[in-house]
Amino acid sequence: MTLSRCPFPLLHLPRLRHLLPLLPASLLAVACAAGAAPIKTDLANSSVAIAFKQMNVPVEAKFKRFSAGIDYDAGKPELAKASVDIDTASLDLGEAEMNKEVAKKDWFNSAQYPKASFVSSSIKPAGAGKLNVTGKLSIKGKSADVSFPLLVKLEAGKHVFEGALPIKRLAFNIGEGEWKDTGMVADDVTIKFRVSAAP
Amino acid sequence: MQRYTRPAILLHWLIAVLIIGAFAMGLVMTDIPGLTPTKLKYYSWHKWAGVTILALAALRLLWRLANRAPPYPAAMPRWQQSSAHTLHCLLYVLMFAVPLSGYLHTLSAGVPVVYFGVFKLPLLIDANAELKPVLKALHYWLNMGLAGAVGLHVVAALKHAFIDRDGIMQRMLPSFFFQGNP
Repeated sequence: MTLSRCPFPLLHLPRLRHLLPLLPASLLAVACAAGAAPIKTDLANSSVAIAFKQMNVPVEAKFKRFSAGIDYDAGKPELAKASVDIDTASLDLGEAEMNKEVAKKDWFNSAQYPKASFVSSSIKPAGAGKLNVTGKLSIKGKSADVSFPLLVKLEAGKHVFEGALPIKRLAFNIGEGEWKDTGMVADDVTIKFRVSAAP
Repeated sequence: MQRYTRPAILLHWLIAVLIIGAFAMGLVMTDIPGLTPTKLKYYSWHKWAGVTILALAALRLLWRLANRAPPYPAAMPRWQQSSAHTLHCLLYVLMFAVPLSGYLHTLSAGVPVVYFGVFKLPLLIDANAELKPVLKALHYWLNMGLAGAVGLHVVAALKHAFIDRDGIMQRMLPSFFFQGNP
C-alpha cells in the first residue's frame, strides 16, 4: 500500500509525516485500508475469453496472457478502479495454426497493436454484489466508451469479479478484407471475464 | 436376377455420392493453408455432409435388416460370397465409424456441429485437448480404410459386370441404366 493511495492526504505533508511513527502501525493500516487500494490479482484463477459465432457455431476462446489491476474495497466500491491489459497474440482457439492466423493483420494485428486494454473511468454500486462499470476499451488502435454490469462475490476468501461485455468486432476493425462478411464470423462478440483477487 | 429394392438402391447411391463428396472436401479443406472464409465454409459443409451420411446410414441399416438382400447366384464360389459379405459388413461399420469419429473430433476441439447452421447437434463429449489428436488420427485412418474398402468394392463390382458378366452389379443399378435390356 502506498501513501499516495491513502485517503488521508494530510499525512502527505512533510511536517505531519514526522508524526507518522507515533501512529500505531495497525491503526494506520486500518485507516488506509478504508480507501480503495490495489488488491493482488490471482491470474491462475482469472480468465478473459471471447465468445462469438462462426457460421452459427458458438465458439469460445481464452486469452492466455493478460494482466489486471484492481483497486477495490468492499466498503467503498465507488472508489474502485480497474484496468485490464490483454496480450492480443495470446488468443487460444485450440489450434496452433489458427492462433497464428488471428494475430495477423486482418484480425488483431498484434505486431502493431500487441495490447488491448480496458481502463475504468467510473464504478458505481448497483445493488448487492453488483457494480456498474464505465470505461474505455481500446483494441487495435480504436477506442470506445463502454459500460457493463460487474458481479462481485466472495469465493474461497477471494474477491471474484465477473462480467460480460458485448461488442461489435467491426467497430474495432477486427476482421478486415473478406472477413468483413458477418455471415461467416458474426459481428457480435462477447468479452467474458473473471478476475479473482485477494480480499 | 433379383435386384435390390428401390429404397436400398436409392440409399446406396445417395450415400455413395455424399461419401465421395465429403471425402474429397476433407482432403481439400485440410490442404488450404492459413485461415480463409472458404476453408471455414468447407469445414462446415464437410460436417453437414458427414452428419447426413450418418443419418442415411442408420436408415439404410434399418432397411437392410428389415429386407433380405437378393441372393447370390448359386454358381458363385463360396469364398467370393463370404468375402463379398465381409466387405459389405466392413462398409456398413465404416459408414458409421467415419462420420462418428469426425463428429467426436470436432466436439473434442470444442466446436459443436450446427447442422445447416440451424440445428445445434448434441454435445456427446466435452472439449478435450488430449483426446483431440487421437480422434483426428482415428478419423483420418478410418477414412483411409474406407477409401480402401470402397476401392475393393468398386473393383469387385466392375469385375462382376465386365469379366464375369453375371448380373451381380446390375442388382444395385437404378432401373434407368438398363431399360429395354432387363
